[in-house]
Amino acid sequence: MVTTPTKATIVRIKNVRFFQSDMKKENVPQDVSALGKITKEVCYATDSSGKYVKELSSGWDVKINALDVAWKDVEERIAKAKAQVLNEEASPLLFFMEYRLMDPGILADYTGFWKWQIKRHLKPNVFKNLSDKKLQKYAEAFNVTVEDFKTMTVHEA
Amino acid sequence: MKLDFEHLQSAHCESGVTSSLLRKNSGGKITEPLAFGIGAGLFFCYIPLIKINNGPAIAFRTFPGLIFKRTCNALGIPVIRKKFRSKDQAEDYLKQRLDEGHPVGCQVGVYYLSYFPREYRFHFNAHNLIVFGKEDDNYLISDPVMETTTTLTSYELERVRFAKGALAPRGQLYYPKEDVEITDERIRKAIISGIKNNVNQMLRIPGSFAGIRGIKYTGEKIKRWRDKLGLQKAGSYLAQLVRMQEEIGTGGGGFRYIYAAFLQEAYAYVQKDELLEISKMFTQAGDLWRTAAVQAAGIYKGRIGSQKDFDVMGDYLIEISVLEKEAFTALKNIKWN
Repeated sequence: MVTTPTKATIVRIKNVRFFQSDMKKENVPQDVSALGKITKEVCYATDSSGKYVKELSSGWDVKINALDVAWKDVEERIAKAKAQVLNEEASPLLFFMEYRLMDPGILADYTGFWKWQIKRHLKPNVFKNLSDKKLQKYAEAFNVTVEDFKTMTVHEA
Repeated sequence: MKLDFEHLQSAHCESGVTSSLLRKNSGGKITEPLAFGIGAGLFFCYIPLIKINNGPAIAFRTFPGLIFKRTCNALGIPVIRKKFRSKDQAEDYLKQRLDEGHPVGCQVGVYYLSYFPREYRFHFNAHNLIVFGKEDDNYLISDPVMETTTTLTSYELERVRFAKGALAPRGQLYYPKEDVEITDERIRKAIISGIKNNVNQMLRIPGSFAGIRGIKYTGEKIKRWRDKLGLQKAGSYLAQLVRMQEEIGTGGGGFRYIYAAFLQEAYAYVQKDELLEISKMFTQAGDLWRTAAVQAAGIYKGRIGSQKDFDVMGDYLIEISVLEKEAFTALKNIKWN
């Protein structure tokens, strides 16, 4: 179903001369995001005369929630991968791929393995027999030690 | 060694880096909005079939690297851009450039970028920063989205310069080749060509996924997400749309406010009253994008979620496409002489 633009828009466009933005300097959101604790970010907003100025924002709830949704999805995938590894349905490689947000394509680029090799290494039986050299390549890509890699240990919060 | 360099915080990394690197040439005249507009930065694209972080691939800006390239081209400044196979060569070249006394722009991946909070680290490889010195093993970094300068060890810098995956930077660095003075007349011409470029990019690009038609296409798609993906996944998709639109680097409203600021600044060089009027239309577009984001947030927070709510969401985008079409058509119709 194709909808035509609402009447409101058309009227607003015609009245553009008298238009006042929602994004005035004083309206720039100041909700505290994870980034906001480290740095504020620049937004463009209008001052009382309608002129654009740079204004710092510490974050906006709408996008903080969007980021939360993204991480919740990631956490779910990590938890699922962890359960699969503990059930011996997959090797720790699967856990770290999810933990580092990687797919076989990115991991292949980081390690130099082929994608089909990586998929093979996801099997616990194959993983068990991997050489130290290969394990080292993975550990480097994931920024962990080989020992932590094999035991599915992470130290970062 | 530390170069004489003034950190400049900006909304968007690439236009910020462009503005900073051109500061010497332009005497500070090329602000971030001017760099963004001259580089024809405003865009919209929905790439079907491709997934980024298990969500839709949506961009509100033009392809990485183009803003710097177009802006320098339009201003008549020769550009050097280099990619490297070898990590050692990449570092040697950077050091040599710093020794000669020039700051350097680098494309990097953010996943292993140590000074970013973990929540913001995804495998996104088109971030830009400036290296302006080295003290012991630490490179001095001016990252335009940060309030202050920061540092990376040589290993950390190498790691992000050689991040892997889509748009892998491969050690890429770039800088204006020489100091060429930029006259106001040159800026005037660059502004006009930047606007024309952006008009083409939004109105004339073929296919239904990009430009104005892409916004409408995405609006139509969103209405079907609930049935096709289920409520939860559709919510995640909308969250991804909002992140691309509002997350660090857009200046708010999917770059629409920066563009509105550009048109205001352009007026100082090209006295066409239309520019100020059209600037307001882009402000409106930015507002409408943000209204849409609030609607999307209602859905991904689970406050609302009926088919009607998705229809409203899709209609916002369709409304935006109408509004932006009007704005770009008005830009197209300006008589420049």
